Parts: sequence; structure tokens; C-alpha cells
Amino acid sequence: MTARDLLDLAWIIPALPALGAVVLLLWGKRIGEPAAGWIGTAFVSLAFVWSVITFLALHSLPADQRFNLSDGFTWIQAGTFRVDFRFLTDPLSTTMILFVTGVAALIHLYSIGYMHGDPRFSRFFAYLNLFVASMLVLVLGSSFLLTFLGWEGVGLCSYLLISFWFERNSAAVAGKKAFVTNRIGDFGFMLAMFLIFEKVGSLNYAVANAAAPHLSQTSVTAIALLLFVGAVGKSAQFPLYVWLPDAMEGPTPVSALIHAATMVTAGVFLIVRANPFFNASQHAGTIVAWTGAFTALYAATIAMTQKDIKKVLAYSTISQLGYMFLAVGVGAYSAAIFFMIVHAFFKALLFLGAGSVIHGVHDEQDMRRMGGLRKYMPFTAGTFIVGWLAIAGVFPLTGFWAKDEILSKAFFAHDYGLWAVGLVAAIFTAFYMTRQVWLVFYDGERWETSEHMTDRGDGHAPKPHESPLIMLIPLFVLAGLAVVGATIDLPFERNHINLLDEWLAPILRTAPQITPTSFGAAFLLSTAALTVAIVGIVIGRAIYRNGLDSDGLDPGEKRLGALGKVFDNGYYFDIGIARFVSGPATAVARFLSVGVDRNTIDGAVNGIGHTFQRAGGGLRKVQTGLLRNYALAIVFGAVLILLFMATRATL
Amino acid sequence: MEALIFYACAVAVIAGALGVVLARNPVHSALFLLLTLVSVAVLFLQLDAALVAAIQVVVYASAIVVLFVFVITLLGVDKSESLEEPSLFQRPAAIALGALLFLQIVFLAGHHWVTGSHSARGALGTARSGNVQTLAKSLFTDFVWAFEITAVLLVIAVVGGVALARRSGQRSGSGAGPGSES
Amino acid sequence: MTAVASVTPTYYLTLAAALFTIGGVGLLVRRNTLVMFMCIELMLNAANLTFVTFAKALNDISGQVIVFFTLVVAAAEVAVGLAIIVAIFRRRQDVTADDLNALEG
Repeated sequence: MTARDLLDLAWIIPALPALGAVVLLLWGKRIGEPAAGWIGTAFVSLAFVWSVITFLALHSLPADQRFNLSDGFTWIQAGTFRVDFRFLTDPLSTTMILFVTGVAALIHLYSIGYMHGDPRFSRFFAYLNLFVASMLVLVLGSSFLLTFLGWEGVGLCSYLLISFWFERNSAAVAGKKAFVTNRIGDFGFMLAMFLIFEKVGSLNYAVANAAAPHLSQTSVTAIALLLFVGAVGKSAQFPLYVWLPDAMEGPTPVSALIHAATMVTAGVFLIVRANPFFNASQHAGTIVAWTGAFTALYAATIAMTQKDIKKVLAYSTISQLGYMFLAVGVGAYSAAIFFMIVHAFFKALLFLGAGSVIHGVHDEQDMRRMGGLRKYMPFTAGTFIVGWLAIAGVFPLTGFWAKDEILSKAFFAHDYGLWAVGLVAAIFTAFYMTRQVWLVFYDGERWETSEHMTDRGDGHAPKPHESPLIMLIPLFVLAGLAVVGATIDLPFERNHINLLDEWLAPILRTAPQITPTSFGAAFLLSTAALTVAIVGIVIGRAIYRNGLDSDGLDPGEKRLGALGKVFDNGYYFDIGIARFVSGPATAVARFLSVGVDRNTIDGAVNGIGHTFQRAGGGLRKVQTGLLRNYALAIVFGAVLILLFMATRATL
Repeated sequence: MEALIFYACAVAVIAGALGVVLARNPVHSALFLLLTLVSVAVLFLQLDAALVAAIQVVVYASAIVVLFVFVITLLGVDKSESLEEPSLFQRPAAIALGALLFLQIVFLAGHHWVTGSHSARGALGTARSGNVQTLAKSLFTDFVWAFEITAVLLVIAVVGGVALARRSGQRSGSGAGPGSES
Repeated sequence: MTAVASVTPTYYLTLAAALFTIGGVGLLVRRNTLVMFMCIELMLNAANLTFVTFAKALNDISGQVIVFFTLVVAAAEVAVGLAIIVAIFRRRQDVTADDLNALEG
């Protein structure tokens, strides 16, 4: 069996979790807990194994031939429009499937413990499997349309999983919000596809990407920006980020898998996939980069004042995604992918750790009612701290390398403004994560005030407890990855250990080459990045050393004063949207529905009817019923005829 | 001589016509009609249409006018008719149209665009055969078919008139149907 | 005797036209059905006069034949028409044409 034969079987990768979803949906209830969980995990793990095999197969090919379309069938054939249901294995997609299936498998394992006792246990795993299948279709698709199919699929699963506990009204609302906001982005994606088809004639990646440099500036910029709109929706950038914080209503594994590691990266993936369009356009990249940078800073400020343990991580995700967009905006695609991978590791770690904490304090999520949990949950705390250091960007953990790479590339691409914004956001990142760690795990055991931890009537108040092993194993694995993960792309080109860079090079041929001006400059930048990380940590510890203040308020927020209130409320963005939609937008809609549609258009149609009715009514009066009037009419006719004859006679 | 008779008869005709239209009492209208009919008969005579003139007097002037007077008195409608006109535009429109009509006919009469080709039916009465003979000859040869049909028509008219004017028994208000069964 | 213009057929035609018009206007203006009928007779007579005039002018007997038939038909028509009026009168007490307005729209 040659490597190509193995690659032709790439369709197995998404098929496995899809099969798992079907099995669990049909027989899940009968299979029951915990077997359903193990089955789900098994399917995803098998997909991971096959992904590894596929990766090795691709790796065995020479670098310029690493490109293969799997077996499949023709999905749509309409005139000149043709879309094949085949999967593309190339460096980018194999990278994606590795970490998607890997992280997903770990989270499935974790969920067996976390979802213990839930009445819809098997349904959860069915949805998770369905999600993984959709994500794999998205990543492996050989054309924009196939990616879009997966795109919609993950959107659907996101909705299903966010509102998994739909008995809670807030969860159901959050699910809808996610779906609707995503839809706005999807609209941009669809328009992009229409444009691509119109300009290029095919939605196949190979064809479209090859044609991109030859299109006009307006075309490529339009396509690039429309794709970016889709990415903004899916990856929760400003202004379509509002769904992500609310999505924390879903179970924590969902937040970890979908809203940290995988689905939200789909937007970045799409841009990297379509990078020839972004490279060809002169201005699209700038818009992407600045949107990303702005979002990174914006979300980081909001994260500084959040009280809910998961909300901090949600805004953190938005912020870190902003870094990824910053990277693709300046053309540093492999840096973005590198950051995506390591972010998946430590963000999933942080979320799962938060889930472990929540589990340990009996579903309390407010950080003001935690504290000092280090003593009760040492393993959770340990892994969480690893994640904290990673995200803050402390050497030698992964976050440092990846974030530094992005900022350096921005600097050497002469985008100093972006570099500065990124640096400031890094300080904030370090700060709010330190705040979180201190409030949760260190001084001040405030968990006794939590209503979740009060006496349940069985004699003693519960204490926080460590999570079961099944939940801890994924934490350990992820922590390990967060430490050593950077080895896939150490930035030392001369020694050829920037493995990821080289691996992804074939698909980035049209990307700009950004090289450091000198080793010294690169070293200085790295030092700067490390410095700001440490500064953030130090400030954080200084402020939150004693947990909350004696009056129960957040000391950092008090220092920020009115600004803190603004941050806490997310710059009133959500409220603003709600006010706008219920106010002016509804007024416009009402005007259009009643004023235009009912009164004008319907009125015109009805008006025609009325006019004829009235005309008929008026004409009816001619029928007087009087014989003599009719006789008069006859005579009148006779006069007319004679008139005609008379005119003929004269001519 | 001829002109004198014409003018006299013309005056009589017009006077009679106006009388028919303007008289309030229907009986007076009938009498004015009589005047008109007899004057027209005289005009016929002047135009060498002796038989037609005779028939005019015998049929029209006597039988028909008498019939009219019979019905008027039978129905008792010899009372006067009110002068009010419910339909406002009727009178002015009628008069206007009438004037127009008159002018148009006169105008057309003065033009020779009518084909006016002589038919082959034969001339009016010659010196030897009088008008009656000529008319009879034409009637019984060329128009015999129409003549016979006319006879049938008269029979139908008689029957119809009797049927219509019969009392329809005790059943008044019965709707469709030919009035009454025979 | 003063010299008067010789009477050409046009004079007769004009007279007939006038008779016809008067009959027509009378038909439109009067409401008594019997008087309306008499006006119809006037119009018929005008037509007859025209025919006889043309018979004389064109030296053709056909004109008079037509008048003959017209007279016969007019007689029949009067008979039937009056019968109808009598039939109507049985339902109402007078016979103005304005009462027959059942076809009013």
C-alpha cells in the first residue's frame, strides 16, 4: 500500500466520528453511561490514529508532491459548476486534523467524568462526535463549498451544545445568539463563494488559489474581505464576538473543545487556506490585521474585570484569536497556525482546569467565591498554573515562542503599530490570567460563602475536592504539550528546526517573506515580549496578593474606577446592540412591514381593485332603466353615423 | 299650382306633427296625427302615387287612428300628462339631437352620392297603364314572394294581438311564459 | 301669381326630414306610451314620403312597392303594439314609459 493509497482513504477520518454520532444518536440511550462516552472517545481516538497515519504518509512524499485528493464522488454538477465530495490532504489540512482529533479525544475522555450523572449523557457524546466530524470535513474539504458544509455543521453543533442544558433559559438564548451571529458571518462567506465562482469558475481550492494572483484588485480584495467577514463571525472578532461569552452557558468541555481549540480557529484556517487571495490584495491584509489587533486589546481589557471563571477565559480566547488574525493580516501564516496549535493546547488546558475547579466547588463559577483551592486540588492547580504561564508568554513554554513569533513578524513587516498594540495586549493578558490564578487558587478561602458549598442538610458542609483521574489525565497530557509543544516551530531557520514553517511552505508560496533584519533585533524583541509578560504577572500578583479586598470588592476594578465599570460591561456593546435592535431596527422593520408592504404594495394592488369597483359603480348609473334614455342613446348613435356619412360625402 | 299645393300640404304636415308632439291630451294628439296623415296622402297624390295615397287614407288615416282612439278611451289615459321631466338632460339633449339630425339629413339629401341607378323594375305609370296597374304588375311578379309573406305576417299580427290582449284569467303575477295558455 | 321656385324633390326630402325629426324628438320627450307610438307613426310616414319622392325622381316603381309593404307592416305593428300596451295597462293604472324601469342598473 503506497502512501498515495493511504491518502486516498482520507475520507475515513471524518467518517469515523460521523459514524460514532449516528451510533450514539440511534442507540445512545440503550448503551447508557459510561459506555456511550467510551464509544464516542474511541471513535475520535481512531480518527486521531488514522490522522497520524495520514500525516506520516504525506510526510513520506517529497515536499513538492504533498498534495492529494481522496476518493469520493461528484456532489454537484450543474453546467460548468462542479463540486466534488473529496478530501484534500496537504500540509495544512494534515496539521489541522492532528491537533483537532488529538485535543478532541482528550476532551472526550474528560467529558466521561465531567458529564457523569447527566440525564442526556449519550446525546452529549453524539453531538461531540458530530462536531468533530463536521470540523474534519471543514478542514479536509477540497473546495470552498465543502469547507462551508463543515462550517455550517460546526455552527449547528455549537448551537446544540451551547444550549445542551436547554432547561435553562439563558442557555437556550445563548445558543440562538451564537447561531444568529454566526449566520451573519456565513453570509459573508457565501458572498465570497459567489464571487469566486463568478471570477474563477470553480470553487476548488487548487483552481481558485492558482487563479487568485491573476484577478483584479477589486475582486481579490472583495473576496478576501468577504471571507474575512465569515471568519469574524466564526472566530468571534469585533464586532461579531458577542456570542462567545454567552456560549459559556454550555458545559465546560464544550467550551474547551469548540470555543477554544477548534471551531473558533476555523476562521483563521479559512484565511490561511485562501491565502493567495489575501496575498494578492493590497489592503485586505491591513484590515484583517488591525481588526485582530484591536480585538486582542479590546477583549483583554474586558477580561480584566470579569467575575466568572469561564468568562475570563472566553474573553481571553477572543483576545488570543485576535493575535492570530494579526498574524495572518501581516502575512505570517505559519506563525498564526503555530499559535493556533499551541493556543489549542493551553486554552483547552485552562478550560478543562476551570471545569475541574467548577466540579470541585460544586458548580460555583464566581471567582469571588473561590480562593485557596490550591490546597484541595493540587493537580488541577498545578496544571492550571502551567497553562497560565504558557498563555502569559513565559519562557520556555509554548506561549512565549508563539506570541513572540507573531509580534516579531509584525515588527519585521514594518507594522510597528500592530507590534505595539500586540505588546500592550500581552501585558493585559499576563495581568488578567495572574488575577484569575490568584483569585482562584491562592489566598483567601472565600468558598465558604458560596451557596453551592453550604450545608446540604447532611450534617457537614462540603469541602472542595479534587477531580477524578479520568478528568485529570487529559489535564496532564495537555500540560505536557503546553510545555514542549513549541518544539514544532522553533524560530531558528538556519538550523532547520522551524519544522512547521517548512512543513507549511508549499501552500504559502505567494505569501510575503518576512525575515528578521538581524539576529540581534530578533533577540531584543523576544526579550521585550518576555519582559512584558513578567511585568504583567508582577502587577497582577501585587494587586491580588490578598485576594479580594476586605469589603469584598475587586481591588483591580476599584483602582480602575469608572473605566473598570466600562470594561466589566463589555463597553456596553451587547446592551447597545439590544437597544438598537429593539429600538430603531424594529422601527425600521415595522415601517417596512406595515408602511411599505401592507400599505403601499398591498394598497396599490387593492387600490386597483377598488378603482375598478368604483368605476363600475359609476358606470352603472348609465342603466337608468328609462326607455326614453335608451331611445335617446339610439338617436345619438344615429346622429353619429350620419355625421360619418356626411364627412364622407364632403371628401 | 303645384307649388301652392305643396306648400299648403307642407304646412299642414308640420302643423300636425307639432300638434302630435305638443298636445297635452292624447286624443288631441290622435287628431293631429290624422291631419298629418291626410296631408301626406295628398302629397303622395302629387307625386303620382295614387294607390299608395289611397291605401294611406284607408288603412292609416282611418283604421289606425281609430284604433288609437279606441285604446286611448278604453284605457282612460286621456287625462293630461304632467309636464315634469324626471330625467333632467332628456329634453335639451333630445332637442339638440333632433336639430342635428335634421341638418344632417338635409345635408345628405342635397348630395348626389347615392348610387341612384335606375332599377329595371319599370317606370311609373305611363299614359296607357295607370299607376295601379303598374304597381300591381310589379307586386305580383317581382315581389310576389314578399306579398305572400306579408299576408302571413298579418295573420300572425292578428293572432298575436288577440293573445296579448286577452285577460289572463285569475292568475295575475305569474312570471315567465307566454302570458296565458291558449 | 307670384313666381315661386319649382318644387324639386329636394323640397319633399326636406319636408320628410323635418317630419322625421319632429317625430323623433317627440318620441324622446313624451312619456305617454300612446303618444310615443303616434310619433313613431310620424317617423314612418316621413320615410314613406321619402321613398315615394325617390320613386318619382328616379322613375322607378320599386319605391312605391316598398311604401306599400311599409304600410302593411305598420298596420300590423300598431295592432300588436296596442295589444301590448293594453296588457301592460292591466297591471298598472297608467302607461307612462317611465314606470317601465325594471331594468334599472
